[in-house]
Amino acid sequence: MDLKLKIWRQASPTDKGKFVDYEVHNISSDASFLEMIDILNDELIAKGERPVAFDHDCREGICGMCSMFINGHPHGPEAATTTCQLHMRKFKDGETIVIEPWRAKPFPVIRDLIVDRSAFDLIIQEAGYISASTGGTPDANAIPIKKENADLAMDAAACIGCGACVAACKNASAMLFVSAKVSQFALLPQGKVEAKDRVKKMVAKMDELGFGNCTNTYACEAECPKEISITNIARMNRQFIGAKLG
Amino acid sequence: MTKIDSKIPEGPLANKWTHYKEHQKLVNPPNKSKIDIIVVGTGLAGGAAAASLGEMGFNVKVFCIQDSPRRAHSIAAQGGINAAKNYPNDGDSIYRLFYDTVKGGDYRGREANTYRLAEVSNNIIDQCVAQGVPFAREYGGYLATRSFGGAQVSRTFYARGQTGQQLLLGAYGALSKEIKRGSVELFTRREMVDLVVMKDGRARGIIVRNLFTGEIERYSAHAVLLATGGYGNLYYLSTNAMTSNGSAAWRAYKRGAYFANPCYVQIHPTCIPVHGDYQSKLTLMSESLRNDGRIWVPKKKEDAERIRNKEIRPREIPEEDRDYYLERRYPAFGNLVPRDVASRAAKERCDAGYGVGTGKAVFLDFKDAIARLGKDVIKARYGNLFDMYERIVDDDPYETPMMIYPAIHYVMGGLWVDYELQSNIPGLFVGGEANFSDHGANRLGASALMQGLSDGYFVLPYTMQNYLADQITVGKIPTDSPEFEAAEKEVHERIDKLLSINGTETVDSIHKRLGHIMWDHAGMARTKEGLEEGIKMIQELRQEFWTNVRVPGTKEGINIELEKALRLADFLELGELLARDALHREESAGGHFREEHQTPEGEALRNDKDFMYVAAWEYQGDDKAPKLNKEPLVYENIEVKTRNYKTA
Repeated sequence: MDLKLKIWRQASPTDKGKFVDYEVHNISSDASFLEMIDILNDELIAKGERPVAFDHDCREGICGMCSMFINGHPHGPEAATTTCQLHMRKFKDGETIVIEPWRAKPFPVIRDLIVDRSAFDLIIQEAGYISASTGGTPDANAIPIKKENADLAMDAAACIGCGACVAACKNASAMLFVSAKVSQFALLPQGKVEAKDRVKKMVAKMDELGFGNCTNTYACEAECPKEISITNIARMNRQFIGAKLG
Repeated sequence: MTKIDSKIPEGPLANKWTHYKEHQKLVNPPNKSKIDIIVVGTGLAGGAAAASLGEMGFNVKVFCIQDSPRRAHSIAAQGGINAAKNYPNDGDSIYRLFYDTVKGGDYRGREANTYRLAEVSNNIIDQCVAQGVPFAREYGGYLATRSFGGAQVSRTFYARGQTGQQLLLGAYGALSKEIKRGSVELFTRREMVDLVVMKDGRARGIIVRNLFTGEIERYSAHAVLLATGGYGNLYYLSTNAMTSNGSAAWRAYKRGAYFANPCYVQIHPTCIPVHGDYQSKLTLMSESLRNDGRIWVPKKKEDAERIRNKEIRPREIPEEDRDYYLERRYPAFGNLVPRDVASRAAKERCDAGYGVGTGKAVFLDFKDAIARLGKDVIKARYGNLFDMYERIVDDDPYETPMMIYPAIHYVMGGLWVDYELQSNIPGLFVGGEANFSDHGANRLGASALMQGLSDGYFVLPYTMQNYLADQITVGKIPTDSPEFEAAEKEVHERIDKLLSINGTETVDSIHKRLGHIMWDHAGMARTKEGLEEGIKMIQELRQEFWTNVRVPGTKEGINIELEKALRLADFLELGELLARDALHREESAGGHFREEHQTPEGEALRNDKDFMYVAAWEYQGDDKAPKLNKEPLVYENIEVKTRNYKTA
């Protein structure tokens, strides 16, 4: 395949940044999207130009490191797929592909396609866990948990923390990310002890870090590579109201 | 010869760990705050250890290479975690988990360490459930289990195909709690580039490169824990993440830490086959698939050829013309033989001309399981893996059998540690895949997660405290000592040298060539001649790297090519040590298969008389051969036998 690429290049957080046009040729349709960028970078290095900086690591869709905004979609046009699992057979020969970083105020661009997502860590650090110190825990089977609830908790826990939900949202809201963590623990008996405190603290931190409000466009759910459900946001809202009232 | 002291406690096997804990030295609560600990790596071992040490009251600094501790490569483990809970009432016990692990490791692991691993395995499951890890459950609300290779019981706990992710997020939650509390300080986008060892021989700090600013930074502590994973990316293509590397361990080796059994490399039987030379990594299909999938190739060579030429489809091969070779060769364990055995059997069939796909692939078929259980059940069990397979290969595994082939996945070798997981450098501890300790010559499936969390939650917090007990009067360790100065200067010199070469070969192109040398000469089947030739080729490639690599950019700011070059420089040395270790070990054991040493049926043939020891290599200088130290392995509780997976 031959492709035209428009890639966002920005040398530093303070640099203004701009789109730069590139072309790549003879790309196998079996190559992954990131392997296509690898090939471009090899050519740039050979020409003595600065390669495109982008985040990636596991390349199997689970670490949440990759974060490209491709043709108007976080992680590209294929549903339920991270950028690293996107393959070139999903594009047409001769197509122009536009590649940008996540765009959201709480995720400042560091260089090119790399953004700083430490705001997500800060939200988790606030209260996104069950405070169980090592040791002294009861037998794992001491508390039976309804399979349906365990499955729903797992659905929520599948979040990879990539930030696609924020990048997809016109308000740069982190509600899907936060509600996935809140839901996972709200659905489990172990998580109930700290439930009220957890939801209040995490929401307050999310607001403080500059993430926007949810206006129910459902873009986050549509773009989430792990198909985290918007029902988690509803559950979090109920939790939040309950916590505020009681 | 240097005497190696593994510090195994006296007494009967089952009491050793209890005895150790009852008699170890402690640090009282007010004194803990006077002690600094560095943890490098935030995977299961590092994340769990940093969180636990922070909870105890130590000052912990934790470092990770990614933008968040949640992204360490433990996250990619799919299938599950073993524990001896015996919830299914199928005859499991601590002893049996211990026994299976030692046997699976082909009698090349240390009994006492492995027993302790089995002993604390149950605590791990308890801990993770308390943290809210959403393990799979039965309808009654109790925890579900499944089977993995090398076991005849069902002892593997799992969270769909994302067990590593869920366990890591549990540890990440615990770590986040301690970061918030202020006991742990987090440093992201930092890569360790050297270990600082003082004149008195103690490890007292690390030198790191800030991957954003390019600055070289110094950090000191009373003890250093490396939990930096394995060196599988030495082979270029592996199931490891792109930044997984062996440099932290290698730098420790060059500062005097022994490197143990580097030749024990695990080649995982069920990975998606290689498809092109631009390929950047290989993807694992979880071992759990072997619970329901059956592995086969055509019985007739002409059928295999017609499949390769796409003249017929695999479904068209009638049952009687399929060779379910694992079931044929190993009736007792069938498709659930250990990984090393399954990988070699796949290679044997492909080398003999029965391979499918490119010729280097075999089928993993769910036809029978779908007929027996229905598509919905298979989808519920493995849906995410099937989806991943389809995205990569563009083929529907519900309809056509998966094609799989062995790939580099894990390393059993690593830095040598004693029973306390301390290296021979006092104050340097090593956890998780980075150490060599618990799996012998081959690791069983679902045991890596077990070991990472065992080391991190339940072993290191005890043993490090034992070491730190006499450190309470030492005071803060300054970072302006000559040892820190010298280590930082050496890092600058290495970086300046790399940037000044300005040759014509990219880092990746040299790395790919190293990977081919390693795979061809020190991969699944090794020979004396092949290894000798491989060593020569690695030396030549290393020479070429240092004279003709092209590392663009500057030392300031983000420079990904420089990061890769620093890692490759170390791989080019580690690769030679691996090959030397493989050359010296004149036997086949677990993941190390020497063609000269096999039974008439092609099974691995150990040489217990001459090689029942841990090979702990000691650095002697860049232009000198490393020194071999031997730690004899003594089996007091297990009868050493030839591994047998053919009969019960």
